[in-house]
Amino acid sequence: MEIRVNPTRMELNRLKKRLKMAQRGHKLLKDKRDELIRQFLILVRKNKDLREHIEKELSDAFSKFLLARAVMPAESLEEALMYPTKKLSLEISKKNIMSVYAPKFEWAEEDSGRGEESSIYPYGFVETSAELDISIETLSDILPRLMELAEVEKAVQLLAEEIEKTRRRVNALEYVLLPKLEDTIKYITMKLEENERGALTRLMKIKDVVRAKMQ
Amino acid sequence: MSTYKIAVIGDKDSILGFKTIGVDTFSVTSSEAALQTLKRLVSDDYGVIFITEELARDLQDIIAELNKRYLPAVVLIPNSKGTLGIGIQQIKKNVEKAIGADILFRKEG
Repeated sequence: MEIRVNPTRMELNRLKKRLKMAQRGHKLLKDKRDELIRQFLILVRKNKDLREHIEKELSDAFSKFLLARAVMPAESLEEALMYPTKKLSLEISKKNIMSVYAPKFEWAEEDSGRGEESSIYPYGFVETSAELDISIETLSDILPRLMELAEVEKAVQLLAEEIEKTRRRVNALEYVLLPKLEDTIKYITMKLEENERGALTRLMKIKDVVRAKMQ
Repeated sequence: MSTYKIAVIGDKDSILGFKTIGVDTFSVTSSEAALQTLKRLVSDDYGVIFITEELARDLQDIIAELNKRYLPAVVLIPNSKGTLGIGIQQIKKNVEKAIGADILFRKEG
């Protein structure tokens, strides 16, 4: 498996330079991959824990909400929730993990300008059930971690993608380009040596012929 | 740095609560409607989209595509009937993709 080249000294020097470059690149990429994997493992563990917790808590909140739905007529429930007091806004900045850019979410609650003290409940307490209050409170408690989950999960996804790409490059260098270059270099050196030996034998042969003629 | 919005897509029972805490809610029932909504939200400036696992089940392709992008972040959440395990499954897939073998969940499975 070698590259088709002319077996000349110039070509040999060129290839040796290329080999050195490829080896350096290979080492760098390997280091990058290792560090990416380390970061990835930290994040993915966090991701798993967060998700497990949130799924449990969210299911909890939902079941409470269902309860609230059950004890209230659907219309008045919808009416109660029609105008939320809060509006979430999201600011996104970039976070750099080993030159992988992941979004970093910062969210803020804005009051929707009804001039009331900020309470998370958009309704009066007269017509609604206590279950509704509880479920909404749980939901708003979960929200910070839900955003954290979004952030971590996105980072994990992007990192996984980058690791796959890096690994593919490392392997391409290690198993294709490097052996190819090494083989070609070997081929040229051998060819050059062969030529040298050929020239030497030819010289000796000529010497013999010349000597025979002189006698 | 610009401001983005947060959305949640799901069935009515699961998402009504989100409305009160200030998240834009989109209630859909069929997966086609979910697909349309998701596409619309992606082209709008939504930074985080929560979607219930039940709906996401039929949209795995497009979600996998979105996951490679910088934004938006599509996050699966359980719905009021409980979790389907797709979210955890996704983490597992990520691990397999990055490491080549599943080293996080092996103990349990």
